[in-house]
Amino acid sequence: MQLSTKHLLGIRDLNREDIGLILSTALQFKDVLQRPVKKVPSLRDVTIVNLFYENSTRTRISFELAEKRLSADTINFTASGSSVSKGETLLDTVNNILSMKVDMVVMRHSASGAPHFLAKHIPAAIVNAGDGINEHPTQGLLDALSITQALGTLEGVRVAIIGDIMHSRVAMSNIYLLKKMGAEVMVAGPPTLIPPYIQEAFGVKVEYSVKEALQWCDVANVLRIQLERQNQPLFSSLREYNLVYGVTRKLVDNLKKDIVILHPGPINRGVELDSDVADSRHSLILQQVENGVAVRMAVLYLLAGKD
Amino acid sequence: MKIILTPEQLRLTIQRLAHQLTEEGLDFERTVFIGIQPRGIKFADEVVSHIKKLYPDQNVQYGKLDITFYRDDVRNSIHIANQTSMNHSIEAKTVILIDDVLYTGRTIRSALDALLDFGRPAKVELCTLIDRRFSRELPIQPDYCGWTIDSIVTQRVTVQWDLEQVILH
Repeated sequence: MQLSTKHLLGIRDLNREDIGLILSTALQFKDVLQRPVKKVPSLRDVTIVNLFYENSTRTRISFELAEKRLSADTINFTASGSSVSKGETLLDTVNNILSMKVDMVVMRHSASGAPHFLAKHIPAAIVNAGDGINEHPTQGLLDALSITQALGTLEGVRVAIIGDIMHSRVAMSNIYLLKKMGAEVMVAGPPTLIPPYIQEAFGVKVEYSVKEALQWCDVANVLRIQLERQNQPLFSSLREYNLVYGVTRKLVDNLKKDIVILHPGPINRGVELDSDVADSRHSLILQQVENGVAVRMAVLYLLAGKD
Repeated sequence: MKIILTPEQLRLTIQRLAHQLTEEGLDFERTVFIGIQPRGIKFADEVVSHIKKLYPDQNVQYGKLDITFYRDDVRNSIHIANQTSMNHSIEAKTVILIDDVLYTGRTIRSALDALLDFGRPAKVELCTLIDRRFSRELPIQPDYCGWTIDSIVTQRVTVQWDLEQVILH
């Protein structure tokens, strides 16, 4: 069994079997991460460059750790402080790096489609670590793994994605993945942050009341308000956002059932998610980070054999 | 297709190996049996359950090891991982690796690498059901062996557990 794609550009390109394969391989890597020696020699002859054209803490550390746990050689590249500021194009930068015999590229870019462009022009395998407002596939996969571990399955699970859907690549990857795996998906948030026609395009439910969304769901994936991507005011203030659309302790306590809370990080505490919800027993946020390393190991491992 | 071991021979071989493994007075406290995933597990199950029958009062330490991530051919083909369950410490103990067919020796090489990530055993031994001699690519030999056979590269040896026989095809 193998992945059907040479790159991981988005969940959009994967089929059900691919997703199942990545998740089951990730579980084996999770097991490796519990051992006294948390490292396997699988990719010891593979060199991977982490190209980060956009800021990142979790994803970059997670990818780097995953690469090191697989014994791959890694190079880190961040756009600030590089020749990008001298005007070098993306393709030139990558070709220069690849001429030094690099096998795989992990890439984050603020432009949607940047990794897809690269995939057309270079021979190396590409893993998308987030491109603009398009997709963040490894986040979608680690969310799926966290949900599966908490609830045992994805089939029929009700997931509400709450917050800034419009600017969220995490939302896109989650929607693609959850729909493919048979989960029910709802998006909720202020109308200005929910793209029009999303219901028709993706077959997801749309809800404008966070209270109703929480009442409906088994899993709430709360997204960060991406102020850096909003070039016009889409809601009046952060305080008002928290009052109307924030997931608060009171809302969660008033539910007549247990739900699971996910958040891709970094959290704006007190805006989309209250501190005492983020740190409560409902929250899987730290498990998500832990699963992130295992999922990224699985993706890199499964793509490494494809030439 | 040729039958190498009939059900009766297979049963006797497993019994013989169980006796051989224990005949010099095995220290069960200091010995761990480890089956190699995926194909060595059924054979290891059989051997270990027979040893348990011979020594019902002893606590037989038995683990399963998956070597997928330790293979040396990741770039050529991707293999799907299986469960590893190593619930016993192997530190300073005798480890007996159990696999069904010993062929090139590469699986055992990977298993040794994988094993050392769980600790430093005092000694590692190898028990196989079938030894395909003259086909080794690495200097690895079994300490306990059911049957030694001659075969060529294009042939395959398969243990059919459902039919309880071993075939060369």
